Amino acid sequence: MKFGTEIVLLGLFAFAALVAAGFGVDEPFRQHMWVLFFAVAGFAVILLRNSDFKPAAPIDPDAYMDGPIRYGAIATVFWGVVGMLVGVIIALQLAYPHLNIQPWFNFGRLRPVHTSGVVFAFGGNALICTSLYVVQRTCRARLFGGNLAWFVFWGYQLFIVMAATGYLLGITESREYAEPEWYVDIWLTIVWVAYLLLFLGTILKRKEPHIYVANWFYLSFIVTIAMLHVVNNLSMPASFLGSKSYSAFSGVQDALTQWWYGHNAVGFFLTAGFLGMMYYFVPKQVNRPVYSYRLSIIHFWALIFLYIWAGPHHLHYTALPDWAQTLGMVFSVMLWMPSWGGMINGLMTLSGAWDKIRTDPIVRMMVAAIAFYGMSTFEGPMMSIKTVNSLSHYTDWTIGHVHSGALGWVGLITFGAIYYMVPKLWNRERLYSLRLVTWHFWLATLGIVVYAAVMWVSGIMQGLMWREYDEQGFLVYSFAETVAAMHPYYVMRAAGGAMYLAGMLVMAWNVTMTIRGYQRKEQPFPVSVPTLQPAE
Amino acid sequence: MGLMDRHALIEKNATLLLVGSLLVVTVGGIVEIAPLFYLDNTIEKVEGMRPYSPLELAGRNIYVREGCYLCHSQMIRPFRDEVERYGHYSLAAESMYDHPFQWGSKRTGPDLARVGDRYSNSWHVQHLTDPRSVVPESIMPSYAFLKDTPIEVKDFSTHLVANRRVGVPYSDDMIANANADLMAQADPNADTSGLEKRYPKAKVGDFDGNPQQVTEMDALVAYLQMLGTLVDFKNYDEAAGYR
Repeated sequence: MKFGTEIVLLGLFAFAALVAAGFGVDEPFRQHMWVLFFAVAGFAVILLRNSDFKPAAPIDPDAYMDGPIRYGAIATVFWGVVGMLVGVIIALQLAYPHLNIQPWFNFGRLRPVHTSGVVFAFGGNALICTSLYVVQRTCRARLFGGNLAWFVFWGYQLFIVMAATGYLLGITESREYAEPEWYVDIWLTIVWVAYLLLFLGTILKRKEPHIYVANWFYLSFIVTIAMLHVVNNLSMPASFLGSKSYSAFSGVQDALTQWWYGHNAVGFFLTAGFLGMMYYFVPKQVNRPVYSYRLSIIHFWALIFLYIWAGPHHLHYTALPDWAQTLGMVFSVMLWMPSWGGMINGLMTLSGAWDKIRTDPIVRMMVAAIAFYGMSTFEGPMMSIKTVNSLSHYTDWTIGHVHSGALGWVGLITFGAIYYMVPKLWNRERLYSLRLVTWHFWLATLGIVVYAAVMWVSGIMQGLMWREYDEQGFLVYSFAETVAAMHPYYVMRAAGGAMYLAGMLVMAWNVTMTIRGYQRKEQPFPVSVPTLQPAE
Repeated sequence: MGLMDRHALIEKNATLLLVGSLLVVTVGGIVEIAPLFYLDNTIEKVEGMRPYSPLELAGRNIYVREGCYLCHSQMIRPFRDEVERYGHYSLAAESMYDHPFQWGSKRTGPDLARVGDRYSNSWHVQHLTDPRSVVPESIMPSYAFLKDTPIEVKDFSTHLVANRRVGVPYSDDMIANANADLMAQADPNADTSGLEKRYPKAKVGDFDGNPQQVTEMDALVAYLQMLGTLVDFKNYDEAAGYR
């Protein structure tokens, strides 16, 4: 029977959730288990309706397995819209606090929905689906492990749903970017190990002797995230039928463990993984080889070695010992070099094809992504210098920095990869509309520029106001006055974010129409024809 | 054969690549984090520090649940303006029983490391219920629902046991009296001599202005009122604590 085992296992899983919903020791846990029950039982019903007793069609072992990747591309766009929409909502809540709806939709509960939504739901789905796309094509091998890829895809969606609903119910460990509670963490660990097996197994099956550089980055991202996730989430539940747990470490040790994780969620999830994406999709789209093989080797090893050390720069001038802060600062500054190694390798891949920035909006998007990567990997080391950090820490400058990286680098490179993959995955001749890609590009870029510039001003201004003294040696501003001064910037920031979201909606439309097989009638972009040189 | 050529070995062997990259990424964490468990200045004991009372711990859990750390830090840096605004810079020992730590990373609102005893209980209740009625510039959400939510205590000792398992020195006596202590701290008529012996400097009283029941507002205000009050800086030896 098709899906027979899966349906039985899901039924048992749903029953366990139901039992937990009945016997849970705290109200949020019981509610959360009801969510789990309906999610799993609903999925089982869908499988039942699609089940039959016909013998399964034989699978061509040489054909690529693209089903989970197609779902992943759709999930990326869907969660992108959701995560960015929540971002705009919480930006508006900071400007207009009456938009908070207690208790479920207060800023404190919605903010992790935004961060996890864009980092793990949007970014994570993008990484999983592009990595599975890339690894098959660069290894010339079908994905390892049969339906393992489907487990990874749906298991990861369940993680997202459980994490997001948990935040709204107030279930959180309060570790930034690692908020889900212990049972959701255990589930993610299972899914992530399956993902590692899937990826590694496919590499081991490869028909190419060499492992392509994109796969180095993807592999190091997967294995490092596994390590970071497990160590940072070590915690002791108060009850195995309750949502609350207490972290294994306390105070200083807990703080550094968390920021060791937190900074490398940026370093490996949002950088190494997306560099893997860059190393495949940029050369493909511009139809040129990677600029330098040696540079890719050097900057790969340097990047993964140095990134891990940079965590303490989130804890400058705190109770963390000075030597650890200084070490974190020094390594953060050094990190500038391998980061720019990646930027140079990406940009210079366009050698001889720079005209494509004008003629191909997808290339333009990718190049802008790499440029934002270069910019924010310069800004980051600068902000990690203790003197600069004493001003920037605790202010919106940090928020601006994160968004120039996340919207600029992560967002734009993902959009480029999705625009590249979607027509190929659904066997379409081309995208529904390239003109809409241009619209998306400009909406996104202007949105980022507005966002980042506004956050620079508000962050630096508030930092300076906090430390402003008058000639008699008194503090000039009360804290509340510095909050009031932020209002116009918070309104402008929401406008910048809304522009970026609008671009995302344009993309969702474009991708949907492409999948449905439409082509918009529009004037094509002028393709530059190289001037022919007479033979000598 | 140059170094770069040798790299081909790694490129042709997935296991080498996996193990190699895992080794490379573990170094930094080991060098930076492991010593923190042994160094004197990160595990020093400062007089006055004690584990949270059950009501304070319940309040802290509400602080975590509502994501307060997203806008409020609990870490005063050793700068003139911060020390004048918030009080003595934070010591490592002051968060030694914090599982998890709540230092925060953003000050959309002010630092709360030493907010205890700065305002009255009724100010806190009013502020949490309708922030803009006491601070017109505030952009904080309302937490009025805390006042109407009785605290859900099944067996609060499990929370103390979990903390003890990760290193907080809760005694058997504290664990046995967890539920009783939790209720007594918010009840102005209760006998609190045992509670005050177990948790010196614990603030006792009806925090939310409603003596009929112990609500989440009671717990949260009890937690806020103890923040930063345990260490007496008049007796703190700066030289001994110098990092």
